[in-house]
Amino acid sequence: MAPELGQYALVLAILVAAVQAIVPQIGAYRRDAAWMGVAPVAARAQFLLVLFAFGCLMTSFIASDFSVVNVFENSHSLKPLIYKISGVWGNHEGSLLLWILILTLFGAAVAQFGQNLPPTLQARVLSVQAMIGVGFLAFILFTSNPFARLDPAPFEGAGLNPLLQDPALAIHPPFLYLGYVGLSVAFSFAVAALIEGRVDPAWARWVRPWTLAAWCCLTAGIALGSYWAYYELGWGGWWFWDPVENASFMPWLAATALLHSSIVVEKRDALKSWTVLLAILAFSLSLLGTFLVRSGVLNSVHAFASDPARGVFILAFLVFVVGGSLTLYAIRAPSLKGGGLFRPISREGTLVLNNLLLSTACFTVLLGTLYPLFLDAVAEEKVSVGPPYFNAVFVPLMTPLIAALAIGPMLAWKRGDLAGVLGRLKVVAALAVLVGLGMAWYAWNVMPLAVLGFALVAWLALGVFREWAERVRLFRWDIVDSWRRATGLPRASYGMSMAHLGVALTVFGITASEAWQEEKQVIMRPGDVQTVSDFELTFVGAERLPGPNYSALAGTFAVTRDGQPVTILQPEARTFTNPPMETTEAAIRTTLAGDLYTVVGEGDGQGGYAVRLYYKPMVIWIWLGTLAMMIGGMISLSDRRHRIGAPARKPAETADTDRDSGALAAAGAGD
Amino acid sequence: MTDSAEQGGETPARRRGRTGLLFALLPVAAFVVIGVFLFRGLSLDPSEIYSVLIDKPAPAFDLAPLPGKEHGLATGDLTQPVQLVNVFASWCVACRVEHPLLMELKRNGTVPIYGLNYKDQPQAALNWLRNFGDPYDRIGSDLNGRVGIDFGVYGVPETFIVNGEGVIVRKITGPITPQILQKELLPLIAEMQK
Repeated sequence: MAPELGQYALVLAILVAAVQAIVPQIGAYRRDAAWMGVAPVAARAQFLLVLFAFGCLMTSFIASDFSVVNVFENSHSLKPLIYKISGVWGNHEGSLLLWILILTLFGAAVAQFGQNLPPTLQARVLSVQAMIGVGFLAFILFTSNPFARLDPAPFEGAGLNPLLQDPALAIHPPFLYLGYVGLSVAFSFAVAALIEGRVDPAWARWVRPWTLAAWCCLTAGIALGSYWAYYELGWGGWWFWDPVENASFMPWLAATALLHSSIVVEKRDALKSWTVLLAILAFSLSLLGTFLVRSGVLNSVHAFASDPARGVFILAFLVFVVGGSLTLYAIRAPSLKGGGLFRPISREGTLVLNNLLLSTACFTVLLGTLYPLFLDAVAEEKVSVGPPYFNAVFVPLMTPLIAALAIGPMLAWKRGDLAGVLGRLKVVAALAVLVGLGMAWYAWNVMPLAVLGFALVAWLALGVFREWAERVRLFRWDIVDSWRRATGLPRASYGMSMAHLGVALTVFGITASEAWQEEKQVIMRPGDVQTVSDFELTFVGAERLPGPNYSALAGTFAVTRDGQPVTILQPEARTFTNPPMETTEAAIRTTLAGDLYTVVGEGDGQGGYAVRLYYKPMVIWIWLGTLAMMIGGMISLSDRRHRIGAPARKPAETADTDRDSGALAAAGAGD
Repeated sequence: MTDSAEQGGETPARRRGRTGLLFALLPVAAFVVIGVFLFRGLSLDPSEIYSVLIDKPAPAFDLAPLPGKEHGLATGDLTQPVQLVNVFASWCVACRVEHPLLMELKRNGTVPIYGLNYKDQPQAALNWLRNFGDPYDRIGSDLNGRVGIDFGVYGVPETFIVNGEGVIVRKITGPITPQILQKELLPLIAEMQK
């Protein structure tokens, strides 16, 4: 019963979405309040219907109703409950349904929290949002029905890819989708603004919290995915430049650029047409990512649902959404009036630099991801573009970005005093050079790039503190005054510092773990001792253990340092029965100083076992850094300015006040 | 520091407008190009990929065996009237898919199968073969993927059909399916063995 009800709800949802796409759009054109008023109601209804359908699918999964094809193919009665639930989105059809659920959730949120928007804008935003909804609902109903029945029903399910039976991966797709789909709101706002023909600071202020929320989720999703790869794939790597990873990284880069350029629109009424373009591109890249993953155009380890018919549909949809919005952009953008002018050396200038570098980075990832496809189409030659390309491109792009990151927030709007700022940063620069020299002495023979990495980290991290100290006039007046200023700073300002500090931490983790990783692959017998870093690992032994739906080979290492016991590590190699598959469960001792990473493999038949032992210094900082970025985003999101009903400061107020006017400038410098 | 862009007078404004339009058209033009390629990509069937190596001698190589195995794999070993060189790896999920078919070929003694263990950890490969069965007469361990590059491997699994002169006759990209096996591979092998 539940599957039929779910199917029915989806059919109703697509009808509601169609109404929501058409009626409010006409209403906004005619300035008809009643027709526009359809939008929020329809948006909520659409959300409830899809939520209901999603609930139906989840019920089928929890009840292990194998008469539903999707449940049969992706679940198993022996699976733990949490993975039955995560199985709902662990497959093509279910993940699409989750996508739509989140899309309609955002639509309902715009209906709920967007009540202070101008009615025509809200109606148009929701209408555009519904057009996307119609596309995806049609996709799911016509090509990927999650509720298809199977007759006769099998007694047992065909299981779920055991690699996907993992807590991080259970919550990874929802976060990623919240990010992907959250960008649809920025997209809808951009298209609505193009239809309205008006982009102003108020528009930027409305778009910003949605972009920020989507960006936070996307950051979390990508970080979770990378952490999963780190501990589950058993090779200790955390980023592979796989097409699917790139598909999530491109929207992230575009969204990051968008976050920064929308500040310029908000504060200075400039860069408007560029910002609108970024909003369109960020979501377009999410869609492109979906296309690449779902169509099987590119080979990827993640391409678990490739089907050309679906590919054609998504491509058609992509052409409609991206082609349509970019055409609209081409028609309307030239008429968007340019706003405030600024010198190259200014806050805006550094934000433009940030945007140039981020979008170049985004473009190179796009190029690297699509290059195999281009070459295949033109020269009928298949290649894969791997980490060497991306690493070679990313270092020179990120270096100036990070260098400018410390300077930008200290420059004034409109007309900055670079010499003055550099003067104030001279202690920071000196310390960064010192760190660089120290590293050159210490690490030159290991990895020359580490010298640059650490110098940049020092420069950025100290620069963030220097900028904060500047804001609160630390050491300049008395401490009480500094405290008052520190508590008076807007949250957005702290959010920015936190996020930028996060970048420094991530770069720190990457540099340190790449430079000083230790790796051993050996055969160990019980009683053997191996030394990794300053740890001694004694192999105690390995035994077969039964699991709920697998059997595991569990190895045990006793870890000591200088003779003192540190911990016991028990990596496993699991053999799943349904479907047959092997996974490695690395045992990791994580500390802030570094990870001890152990993997056990099959025995050699003579009492020995193949083991892999790694020491990865500071590697956890990669994810702590992303966590800091995300928290920074959330702090910024909680800023007064983004809350409903908060009095909107007039942009003109901040436009011309200079740094010297104290608190107001600090407030204006919030981002 | 003017705050208005309109102060420059009419002509520059119009000129600005025209370049503005040009810039505004750029994204959609770029998208059209990408879209064409994406469409082309959709119609490219991964199993019908043309390989530059077809009808050319297999690249020269000499790979060490997996630890504990007797035979490695070298160009000189390709001496049978027809043989398959199958690129596989323990980390490759699709390799599991075609694996039972290879086992069947091995059981029936249809054709010698040589394995090119691509970018794999030897121990992992050995475990894989122990758990699922070893269809290969010889296996070369291509640890860093160097030989794979010479063979133009871009995805795993890939299967090369090599004739008695060591010339690559055909290449199958992706897992061998029962269909490919019945309709293409077996007839081709039978013909070559005549």
